[in-house]
Amino acid sequence: MAHRILVGLKDEIRDARGERVKSQIRQHLGIELRQVRTIDVYTVDTDLSRQELEAAAAGPFSDPVIQTYAIDEPLADGFDMLVEVGFRPGVTDNVGRTAREAIEYQTGRPFAAGESVYTSVQYLLEGDVDKAMAEKIVSGFLANNLIQRYTIMDADEFSACGGVPASVPKVDVGDHEAEVRDIDLDVSDDELLRISRDGMLALTLEEMKIIQSFAADPEVQKQRVEVGLGASLTDCELEALAQTWSEHCKHKIFSAAIDYEDTTTGEKQQINSLFKSYIMRVTADVRERAGDDDICLSVFKDNAGVIRFTDDWSIVFKVETHNSPSALDPYGGALTGIVGVNRDSFGTGLGARLMFNTDVFCFASPFYDKPLPPRLLHPRRIFDGVVEGVEHGGNKSGIPTVNGSLVFDDRFAGKPLVYCGTGSIMPAEVNGKPCHEKQALVGDRIVMVGGRIGKDGIHGATFSSEELHEGSPVTAVQIGDPITQKKMFDFLIIARDRGLYNAITDNGAGGLSSSVGEMAEDTGGFEMHLDRCPLKYPGLQPWEILISEAQERMTLAVPPEKLDAFMTLSKEMGVESTDLGQFTDSGYYHCLYQEKTVTYLPMEFLHDGVPQLQIPARWVPPKVSEPQLSAPDIDATLKQLLGSLNICSKESVVRRYDHEVQAGTVVKPLTGVVNDGPSDAAVVRPLADSFAGVVTAHGICPRFSDLDTYHMTANVIDEALRNYVAVGGNIDHVAGLDNFCWCDPVKSEKTPDGEYKAAQLVRSNQALYDYCLDFGVPLISGKDSMKNDYQIGDTKISIPPTLLFSVIGKIDDVRKATTMDAKQAGDLVYLLGETRDELGGSEYYALHSELGANVPQVDAAAAMARYRAVNAAQKEGLIASCHDLSDGGLAVALAETAFAGGLGIEARLDHVYAPQGLDDATLLFSESASRLLVTVSPEHRETFESLFAGQSCCCIGEVIDDAVLRINGDNGKQLSESSLDDLKAAWQAPLKEM
Amino acid sequence: MGKNVKAIVITGNGTNCEREVATACRLAGAECDIVHIAELLAGRVQLDDYHFLNLAGGFLDGDDLGSAKAGANRLKSARVKASEDSLADQLQRFIADGKLIMGVCNGFQLMVKLGLLPALDGNYLNQSSTLSHNDSGRFEDRWCELVVDPQSPCVYTSGLDRLYLPVRHGEGKFIADKATMQAIEDKKLATMCYADANGDPTMDYPENPNGSVNAIAGICDESGRLFGLMPHPEAYTHRTHHPRWTREKGLPEEGMGLWLYKNGVDFIRKELL
Repeated sequence: MAHRILVGLKDEIRDARGERVKSQIRQHLGIELRQVRTIDVYTVDTDLSRQELEAAAAGPFSDPVIQTYAIDEPLADGFDMLVEVGFRPGVTDNVGRTAREAIEYQTGRPFAAGESVYTSVQYLLEGDVDKAMAEKIVSGFLANNLIQRYTIMDADEFSACGGVPASVPKVDVGDHEAEVRDIDLDVSDDELLRISRDGMLALTLEEMKIIQSFAADPEVQKQRVEVGLGASLTDCELEALAQTWSEHCKHKIFSAAIDYEDTTTGEKQQINSLFKSYIMRVTADVRERAGDDDICLSVFKDNAGVIRFTDDWSIVFKVETHNSPSALDPYGGALTGIVGVNRDSFGTGLGARLMFNTDVFCFASPFYDKPLPPRLLHPRRIFDGVVEGVEHGGNKSGIPTVNGSLVFDDRFAGKPLVYCGTGSIMPAEVNGKPCHEKQALVGDRIVMVGGRIGKDGIHGATFSSEELHEGSPVTAVQIGDPITQKKMFDFLIIARDRGLYNAITDNGAGGLSSSVGEMAEDTGGFEMHLDRCPLKYPGLQPWEILISEAQERMTLAVPPEKLDAFMTLSKEMGVESTDLGQFTDSGYYHCLYQEKTVTYLPMEFLHDGVPQLQIPARWVPPKVSEPQLSAPDIDATLKQLLGSLNICSKESVVRRYDHEVQAGTVVKPLTGVVNDGPSDAAVVRPLADSFAGVVTAHGICPRFSDLDTYHMTANVIDEALRNYVAVGGNIDHVAGLDNFCWCDPVKSEKTPDGEYKAAQLVRSNQALYDYCLDFGVPLISGKDSMKNDYQIGDTKISIPPTLLFSVIGKIDDVRKATTMDAKQAGDLVYLLGETRDELGGSEYYALHSELGANVPQVDAAAAMARYRAVNAAQKEGLIASCHDLSDGGLAVALAETAFAGGLGIEARLDHVYAPQGLDDATLLFSESASRLLVTVSPEHRETFESLFAGQSCCCIGEVIDDAVLRINGDNGKQLSESSLDDLKAAWQAPLKEM
Repeated sequence: MGKNVKAIVITGNGTNCEREVATACRLAGAECDIVHIAELLAGRVQLDDYHFLNLAGGFLDGDDLGSAKAGANRLKSARVKASEDSLADQLQRFIADGKLIMGVCNGFQLMVKLGLLPALDGNYLNQSSTLSHNDSGRFEDRWCELVVDPQSPCVYTSGLDRLYLPVRHGEGKFIADKATMQAIEDKKLATMCYADANGDPTMDYPENPNGSVNAIAGICDESGRLFGLMPHPEAYTHRTHHPRWTREKGLPEEGMGLWLYKNGVDFIRKELL
């Protein structure tokens, strides 16, 4: 019988969690409650004596100083409405798992299969609240119906029932046996499509027909009979194909043949794979030009890219997105996103120690007040859930979150973007072999390490290859478990150093099917026994085991002679590892279940059988024009800009992320005289015995996509690099990662404007090639997420095409790093770079609900010379502060530099280099690229200026003691004077309470 | 045991500051091993071979049952393989031998929940105070001014006055019942407090980041050899750790956090070698 242990706070103890929930209910729903208190509930589904229950309740489950408990009787009283929220069956319950382990430690008896501890939370609502309102509070904030269940009771019901009755959310697997179904593909086209749709396979008709003719091939059928299979494909085989061929895994759009027409030039072009034509090609060209100075060690072929750091160490970087799951369950989706990219970064080469995380979120305004279409969560819930998910994922893994952004556009209501990145570090060599290389060998054992397999995450890969729709599956949502993963990494890094395996990869999208299938390309085949896989609960079908995306798992190739040592170490360190079979050179993707073959697919067909997609693309520039705006009130406009969501302080979020664990964060996300100014980039010193630093930064500006994705892309590359250079990153030792998040660009009934969206994609790739080449930045890794649309009924929301460009590189000596805050009165203020009439897509225009036309354009050659000169000045110690100009232009950069340093600035616009002759508003708010605001001590004036000889480098003002930002206009007269306190208050206000 | 100060940092199950703690110990002049708890439970490594036990920051078992609760339960229950000892036995011997233990953040939470602190009247392994959720209800990373009680018996803070260190936690609010709190104050065990700009203990947020009663940031036992604190001294061992190192001229190369480790190591040299 299940027992309930309830744990609540003693009366005199403040319930901080309850208070926070109360204020969130007010913020989310506008409902004011008198008080919210909370009680933790452990439903223990195993046989324990009364004494053992007491020991658990009094020991690990409660804190004797502040808590009380009750066993199998109610604890709550004095409420108006009680809500209990727990997980649905099968949803990862980390606290429940820890609670179970705690009991096992106490009793010395392991739980039997199927026994567990389940957790839930009771919220005791006090105030003017009836059942309907409680229902609103639960569905609108406390519970996510997809993964959680709840009970609502008023005080009378509660006392009549003697509390909330025990319920056990055990996965109901029924009594059906494991079964492998044959799928008859000798059917009509309509039927083929139905099979794809009903099975959540996301395969097109063309793909289904290729599979159909494969299955019908007499030669194939003959081989299948020999291994005991029928003529029809099995469900396992079809699922494996669907997963391997999914957009998510196969990047069909980036591999497509594209017919591109540029109507402005009349030029027509056949592009055979964007990935090969632009991304891989620019990296190859950059590397060739670099010659001996090439920094790349491993590009595109592994889970993450690897570059040289020092002679003895290499650095690894990967950025992923986890958009679709975050739309459904923001907390679980984001948590899974961050711990997932951790595995990618760890599982590169022979394994790398995790060094930092980055995160960039794109949301609709959390204050969104228009009606939302069905199935969409309010942006405020997405914001809170995603922030908390990444907080738990990053902090609990002991990885500092050093850099990030929050980007707002209401189109992200359709699909939030959750970019998570992880940098890691590996020795250049391990046991005499390059650490960035790996190879599974024939005969190596297939060993799965880490968590167990459940129904969670089934069809994640195919699901994220589609838009969000009515039938988007619940099982696609997972909740990560950072501690199980941390234990696994602790073990694997030791196993790596002892040379106990030949290859490692992550189990992410597509689960074992993907990880084993890809690793087996090294040897040309494998044989895997699905029935040997450890399961979270019984009753999974073989195909579910094969493609489950249950978290915290890595797949390794372990040489047979090292298997014992590997298994022993694993067991001792409390990590589960299972030998599932072996890598072979049979040429076949061969899975068995209870010794019977369930898949027998040629590796070649699986990996190369997918047909190339054909996509039309036609560039017709949008019809746009420049607005006529009257001369603004500078002070008021500046405050409005500083208080806009894209510019305002993100401190409330930044502080929730541990940004300095591992004691290497030298330039932190917050900087300045009271530690609250916005850093441009992060500098991390990963080695205690060296001052060499890793620098990471990023660029993102989806607003420019509405004008031209070519220039959007040029700007994100430049933004990433100028942020990188601003803190001291060496512009000649830097690599890039491209993460495309697009709306579906394939023309169809659902996407009538596909040709335009595809042209946007082509133009973005063209710029990626052109600018990475000019900046000499190789691309080392990236990812694309191409179906960021929402479509239910007639409502379609497509996100703006969004490219995140992340960079990683080196600073030789972290002691030369520079930060953005003004340092001392009397320092000179320099603006580096030319200001042009480029307000198109700017935050200034956005304030006036205008888009404009003049998108900023990047002059890479001039920028490169500037960035090198900035590096030279940093090395000489000439720069007191350096801040990039981006959203909000010069005015915002001046304000941020000033209030971060707690010092005023007096600036004169007539000294700004602007050969076009611009009005004051354009000088202040233009977002022209490649500009930096630098302060320099007057004693360094000449040396500094000499480094910039022949470049646009203008002294536009001075740092002053008065706490004001004073701006003098192009005519020399004072244009505005703003108090720093007011500017800072405006900048800090919007998200302060988040 | 030879002439060298030997420090150990225990890791595993969610600890994550072990490397920087080991670095701090080494910079302070100790030899230091990072030892996975599995090694201790397997009996291959004994606490008896060390002078200075470090319980580092992290999230033991995810802090799933409350910070360090599950971790404390494990330490109390787990047996060492092929030995009569439990880890708790080894710990008690370590304390009885007059050796040093410092717990930082999750390590402090662990010490409190195991009862190693404040351990009034030498009553170790009996929890009498706690560290609970910050009043803000959320995790925060921020640097704090700290003031040291010069009368505290704490060996790590001897000769120190003010410190500036980061806190990074969601459960750092120190709470004890009235009698325990009175004893802590009477015996000067409240070694370290969150302070305002003038160096006075403060209850104001964010200077006091979690609402800790009596502004307590760290406490020691009556011997002064067992010490726990929420702020992270290992996170400030070099000038470039300071959040304002790019603007504050004249910061010493050595970070303030290192002073605590140096005091500990010096004490061992004098008293235990």
